[in-house]
Amino acid sequence: MHCGLCLDACPTFRVTGLETESPRGRIYLMTQWKRGQMTFDEKQVKHIDLCLGCRTCEAVCPSGVPYGRIIEAGRSEVERMRRPTAKRWIAKTALRQLVAHPRRLRAFGAMTRVAQAVRLTSVVSSGRQLPALRAAFKPPADGVAPAIGTRPYRVAFLVGCVMPILYPQSHDAAVKLLQLAGCDVWFPQNERCCGALHAHNGDLQEAERLRDYNSRVYASGQFDALVVDSAGCGSHLKDFYPELKGRVKDLSEWLAEIGMPQPKRDVKVKVTYQDACHLAHAQRIKKQPRELIRSVPGVQLVEMRHPDICCGAAGLYSTLEAQMSRRILDEKIDDLTSTGAELVVTANPGCQMQLAAGLSARGSQVRVEHVSELLVRAY
Amino acid sequence: MPLTPQVIEELRRIVGRDHVIDGADDLRIFERDASIEGAVPDAVVLPANTKQVSDVMKVAARHRIPVVPRGAGTGLSGGAVTIRGGIALQVTRMRRILEIDPVAQTALVEPGVVNQELSLAAAPHHLFYAPDPSSQKACTIGGNAAENSGGPHCLYYGVTTNHVLGMEVVLADGSVHWVSGDAPDRVGLDLCGVLVGSEGTLCAITRIKVRLLRTPPSIATLLAAFPSIETASQAVSGVISSGIVPAALEMMDQVTVGAVEAHYRAGYPTDAGAVLLVEVDGIPEATRELIVAIRDVLAKNQGYAMREAQSPAERDLLWAGRKGAIGALGRIKPNYYLHDGVVPRSRLPQVLSAVGEIGEHYRLPVANVFHAGDGNLHPNILFDMRDREVLHQVEDAGEEMLRAVVELGGALSGEHGIGLEKNAYMPWVFSPDDLDAMHRVKDTLDPNGLLNPGKIFPDPSRRQVRLAGRTGFAVEAKWW
Ligand SMILES: Cc1cc2nc3c(=O)[nH]c(=O)nc-3n(C[C@H](O)[C@H](O)[C@H](O)COP(=O)(O)OP(=O)(O)OC[C@H]3O[C@@H](n4cnc5c(N)ncnc54)[C@H](O)[C@@H]3O)c2cc1C
Ligand code: SF4
Ligand code: SF4
Repeated sequence: MHCGLCLDACPTFRVTGLETESPRGRIYLMTQWKRGQMTFDEKQVKHIDLCLGCRTCEAVCPSGVPYGRIIEAGRSEVERMRRPTAKRWIAKTALRQLVAHPRRLRAFGAMTRVAQAVRLTSVVSSGRQLPALRAAFKPPADGVAPAIGTRPYRVAFLVGCVMPILYPQSHDAAVKLLQLAGCDVWFPQNERCCGALHAHNGDLQEAERLRDYNSRVYASGQFDALVVDSAGCGSHLKDFYPELKGRVKDLSEWLAEIGMPQPKRDVKVKVTYQDACHLAHAQRIKKQPRELIRSVPGVQLVEMRHPDICCGAAGLYSTLEAQMSRRILDEKIDDLTSTGAELVVTANPGCQMQLAAGLSARGSQVRVEHVSELLVRAY
Repeated sequence: MPLTPQVIEELRRIVGRDHVIDGADDLRIFERDASIEGAVPDAVVLPANTKQVSDVMKVAARHRIPVVPRGAGTGLSGGAVTIRGGIALQVTRMRRILEIDPVAQTALVEPGVVNQELSLAAAPHHLFYAPDPSSQKACTIGGNAAENSGGPHCLYYGVTTNHVLGMEVVLADGSVHWVSGDAPDRVGLDLCGVLVGSEGTLCAITRIKVRLLRTPPSIATLLAAFPSIETASQAVSGVISSGIVPAALEMMDQVTVGAVEAHYRAGYPTDAGAVLLVEVDGIPEATRELIVAIRDVLAKNQGYAMREAQSPAERDLLWAGRKGAIGALGRIKPNYYLHDGVVPRSRLPQVLSAVGEIGEHYRLPVANVFHAGDGNLHPNILFDMRDREVLHQVEDAGEEMLRAVVELGGALSGEHGIGLEKNAYMPWVFSPDDLDAMHRVKDTLDPNGLLNPGKIFPDPSRRQVRLAGRTGFAVEAKWW
């Protein structure tokens, strides 16, 4: 199928106008390789590298072309065939050595914080600004945060790798909301990174290792749902962990399903919502976060013209393809600021970081929060 | 014939290094539009402004290189296919909305602006751009003007040419002109009227001034099921002959509805023989009254399971299903061969049963989805390109369907243009004299025949579409 309906949904096509940087173009390329009708060369690979993996194309394709699956297969093929560059080698090693190990990552976080204090951030994080770091998120000592009031549900909560270090306040808010909604929240011990970043970057081997490890951790407890407040992790868990089938829930998906108690206070704020790609496109969840936001009295939700187009964060993309990422971010910030909102909320740490960086580069006063932080203020 | 390094260099100096694509592998991506024939261009050039378009055209004229304008490549008649090689001049970088004038209710846009983006940008002023091809999420206003595209709402509002006030165009010699202007009435010789719908064969369009309309205060959208295509067609005739002109009146058959539901879950009844989607707009009292009258006519013609959209979101969903219909057919078979004919509305039932018979005769599945109100039908023959045996039958069936349309007093194309797919059939409906008159216009504006050669006019050196003879065509089949 070659209808082209996906073209303008693709962020890289929108900023370049090049069909070589479009879903239709990329599928064309990958099909030709697969069939052996085209030899592999680095120039072509660039088109694959420039794909954000945001899967917007997949969500709009009426033919049901499973782009996500095609690109992950394409990427691991590419990794197999190409000569590694220094930058990519560092990325892969960092993912394997750091992100997959929570303790090491926390140490790295502490280091980054020092680096930030002495303004060395460019060394530690190329291309993107890290938020001011706070004390990392810590689950309660006994591993369970009890429900407030009735307790009809028991959920597991994915602490994850990056969130607890970069956005502990989002986690705090998410847990509080779950408690308010009547959930005992269990924090599985010794859980490691879910492997989303690895799979995304063509390192399927490491992703499988992490899955096997984590599956054992989850099997050791009982829960109605594994609640995830980071869209990228949620989508990976849904796709990649067959034994959790049906039980992985995004925070907003779960809260909308079980219902929140009546809000206690008004939150006077004009807010806009950025769809996280891995929530809107990969998990097809767009309605629930909006309904939750609207349920808060005093909140005025103003939509962007294109709330569901990627901000250019896309995992390591903003570091590996910094130039393209910035062009996409620029369009996003234009759209965002023209709504007149004073707050933008989203549902994924990568998006939070990217939007904050884009806004601060423009000297904008608009704040960025996780959906959970906005909701929790109503209680 | 590959372009010489010198020519490539000249082009690069005009548009910048990254905006000339000449690598063999990259070029294959541009071999097609959304139809089935393809040919690889010698270079793709992406200009950023009118001056660059003009300079590229001058280089091409000097070296006698064919130039084929290209928008988003969603065309369904092979219009953007570089069948004689040369340069594909893609305008997708020219995507600025230059001006929206809420008082005059006009917009000035570059040709690469995506149709839907214009309506989104106009919405805060309570305005919209009426022509709404089903591909509006992706297709460009330039492509719309070049194809004189229609859409579901063109039944009431008219097709693209009714909404274009004026255009800036670059001719084959690189000269830049404005045709017509701001006035709704085109003064002098109506060159704009000639150039709208010229499918890239007379000029490259570089700016377009369009009319915007006020968003109607109320809209009502009704979905109705029918036992068969025939009863649904009767209902269409019934509505129109009762004196009502709905804003849109669309039909889908059972095959299409099944494919659409699989993706959109819009709540279409999958057991119905056909469904109609009807929309009316205006002041609230009027729409209420019209919808009641329409319900009545539909019920008299065996319409059932009628459902009115209760919210804008529900309406959008009903339309998303209709607009994604052709794409969704990919769920049934990887390829479609889509025809686009128009018949007088009263002949719809006859032509549809002829189409059905032809499909049955060749044992090919056919999906019908179309602008019923206009009598504009789109039979889609569904097949799998990998099955080489079937290709001849697909071609023959397509040709027979078109012949049936013409025999019933219809025209070759409702909105998708003639392009490459139907130029061989032009003599069916135009006399040699008619064709000659068209040729003379072409020769005056493009004496060397460099702009989009091989389109619209019958090409004696080529036989009609020959799917079976296609080479280099690989991507269709699913491998995942
Ligand atoms: C799923 C689907 C549904 C569709 N539904 C409809 C529908 O409802 N109604 C309808 O009318 N069409 C429909 N189409 C067909 C197609 O979308 C339209 O013809 C559209 O106008 C093409 O726009 P484009 O930007 O993709 O142009 P392209 O396909 O790139 O080009 C089309 C033609 O226009 C010429 N052209 C493009 N840009 C310029 C320019 N700037 N200057 C001069 N010539 C130019 C090209 O040379 C070519 O001949 C549909 C297509 C698909 C795939
Ligand atoms: S995943 Fe995103 S960036 Fe990649 S082709 Fe699809 S829309 Fe474009
Ligand atoms: S991926 Fe889907 S939307 Fe894109 S061209 Fe193919 S069929 Fe059309």
